[in-house]
Amino acid sequence: MTLSMIHESRRHEIEERYPHYFKRSFRQRFGFALVVAGTLLYGVYAMWFFDLPRLVAEAQWQRFGIYLTQWVSYDVQPELRLKDDGSIETRYPRFSVLGDDPHPDWIVTNPEGGLTVLVSGTSRSVAVSRGQAVVNAYGQSVTVDLSGENPRVIGQAPPWMTVYDDNVLASFGFSGDASISSDRVRVRKRFLGWANFVFDTHSPFFGKPAGEVISLIASGPRLDPAQSNLSLAWDNIWYNNAWQHGDVWTKLFQTIVMAFLGTLLGALVAFPLAFFAARNITPNRFLNQVLKRMFDFLRSVDMLIWALFLTRAFGPGPLAGSGAIFLTETGTLGKLYSEGLENIDDKPREGIKSTGASTALVHRYGVMPQIVPVMVSQTLYQWESNVRGATIIGAVGAGGIGLKLWEAMRTNSNWANVGYMVLLILLVVFIFDAASNALRHRLMGTNKASMRH
Amino acid sequence: MTTTEMQPTGHEIVTAWDRMVAKRRVYTLIGLGILLVALISSMRFADESNAGHFFERLPHLFDFLSWLIPKEWSDVWRALFDIASPNDKGGEEYNFAKGRVYVSGGFYIPEYFELMLTTINIAIVSTIVGFVFAVPMSFLAARNFSPSTPLRLVAKRVMEVLRAFPEIVIAGLFAAVLSIGPVAAIIAVSLHTIGALGKLFYEVVENADMKSDDGLRAVGANWFERVRFAAVPQVLPNFTSYALLRLEINVRTSTIIGAVGGGGIGEELKLSISRGFGAKTVALVLLLFVTIVAVDQFSAWLRRKLVGEHAFLLQH
Repeated sequence: MTLSMIHESRRHEIEERYPHYFKRSFRQRFGFALVVAGTLLYGVYAMWFFDLPRLVAEAQWQRFGIYLTQWVSYDVQPELRLKDDGSIETRYPRFSVLGDDPHPDWIVTNPEGGLTVLVSGTSRSVAVSRGQAVVNAYGQSVTVDLSGENPRVIGQAPPWMTVYDDNVLASFGFSGDASISSDRVRVRKRFLGWANFVFDTHSPFFGKPAGEVISLIASGPRLDPAQSNLSLAWDNIWYNNAWQHGDVWTKLFQTIVMAFLGTLLGALVAFPLAFFAARNITPNRFLNQVLKRMFDFLRSVDMLIWALFLTRAFGPGPLAGSGAIFLTETGTLGKLYSEGLENIDDKPREGIKSTGASTALVHRYGVMPQIVPVMVSQTLYQWESNVRGATIIGAVGAGGIGLKLWEAMRTNSNWANVGYMVLLILLVVFIFDAASNALRHRLMGTNKASMRH
Repeated sequence: MTTTEMQPTGHEIVTAWDRMVAKRRVYTLIGLGILLVALISSMRFADESNAGHFFERLPHLFDFLSWLIPKEWSDVWRALFDIASPNDKGGEEYNFAKGRVYVSGGFYIPEYFELMLTTINIAIVSTIVGFVFAVPMSFLAARNFSPSTPLRLVAKRVMEVLRAFPEIVIAGLFAAVLSIGPVAAIIAVSLHTIGALGKLFYEVVENADMKSDDGLRAVGANWFERVRFAAVPQVLPNFTSYALLRLEINVRTSTIIGAVGGGGIGEELKLSISRGFGAKTVALVLLLFVTIVAVDQFSAWLRRKLVGEHAFLLQH
């Protein structure tokens, strides 16, 4: 006899004793499966609604890679022009990151005339001489004849080379590419990192090694008679044209100020109102309801709508953003505070009332000690969440880094700047996260459970 | 010795107490002072770097509200339901009937309802996607269920980055890849939801009662069985409750993302406000307000059914 065999009468007895395990309702048995099925059906509907198959089919996934590459790298695009007299002229686009008069060491003049562009060391290079270009990559060497009207690949074109009528495109992967026509060779060489992050090409410190810059600042002769080298260097960094450090940092600060101002003002307004909205503190049903509905209204109109209205009223800038956060936050914190007040322990209040203390004193000693840590914790939490919110609000014109980020993104060409700003935002969010967590932990002591509201 | 006279140690205690109270008071005052200085200086900073200044613009605050009041209040209803307006003179301000989305024959969905539906669908889809990914992530990140410490730390970091990453950047990036529209917004909001829900979820999992897990371990259950039978029945109500709260937040977020190019009602609202179309703006704000209140109420009702009153608190 095995363990699993049970006598029938015993089985009935068990079934009767635990009916909720053996005779479960339809909802209990199929509820979960129905929810899953409903979600899947909704998913199908959403795919149809958003036209997902077509979008995915038409998506330009290669752009994703290109843009992400541009976050952390930059390129230089010299153009080698083959003149009729046989000489080769090297040109750079305007505003090249190499400055006005570049002589990079990766363009080598060959002894027999002609130039070699070392795209990635000697393993990937383009050698241009009169009438031909020799492309070296992936262990192969391909000669392109440039003497005719259109470039002509001699021999079989390798898979990394695309041949068009008047153009031959050689792709070197991340390190760049070369576009070869009969009268010019345009090379793109990609570098990892951010170009001219400290000094732009207009700065007198541009292109100098770090040691030289430091010694110039410390003891060098004045480059600009009007100011010391240190202040000149600072000016050059702050007003760096390519990166706009000054502007970016000011806007970032604006975002933080927006969140701080909005949350703090919201807290200051919500604090007294919450006492009138809590039904155990102010036993006036009408006033309670009016205030609570007002909080709901402020919250529900939404930060975006407030931001758009205030941007129109005050013009774009942090004032509009702070105002939007203030209005929404008055609603959110008012709701949180009044709910917190309604959940307090009544015993301390009764105790203090029994000593004959005035209402103000009852609140001061019976309510405040219980509620202040909770309120401060909630306010810190909201502040932290508003730093993030302020970034997005900024993009609709409410000031701060959001707008700058959005503008940099819209051109689709400045992804390195986007990367820089994203990095700064992530840093700020992490710092605020950690700071508000640490503060909240100190406030609430080690009692972690009560920290979560 | 009488009771009113104190032992020397009693005096010490009293002076120590007084000193402590005085010290605390000083700290509180210093803290409040710093806060006040920070408040005033940031007010000045915000005011100075704004395009228009507070006191200079304040008298005009209500001027700007005046354009909001439509010439005819019935235009608000016409705008809402796409009924042709007698004020239509070919401009964009009153071309209400133009936006109709015909379904079949003469039956149409008014444009704004269609846009609102888009925004709500963005929010629902992103909440579902976020939920589906956040659940496994949270079990990897929870101390009591994580299969390995390195995996736990990686999962936590990934969620932190997803949470902090600005949504507009993800939306912008995917708008370039997938063409501008709601799908970019869905991806952006979904990724953020994974991070935000994942954090709340793993805290719920870490607070789960481990007795049932001990029982399952004792009979030799593997990781999936432990998660399925020990943790999920305990945490699912809280998970659902948090997901519903996220849905409320996501409706708002997808409106904002919409305003910066993600489609949906946000974009229309931004255009309408920036061009000063009174009737259209009032109609849009009304629709958005009613929808947000409806979603909030629905989610609050469902949460109360799922977990009772104790989880009925706002959570971002």
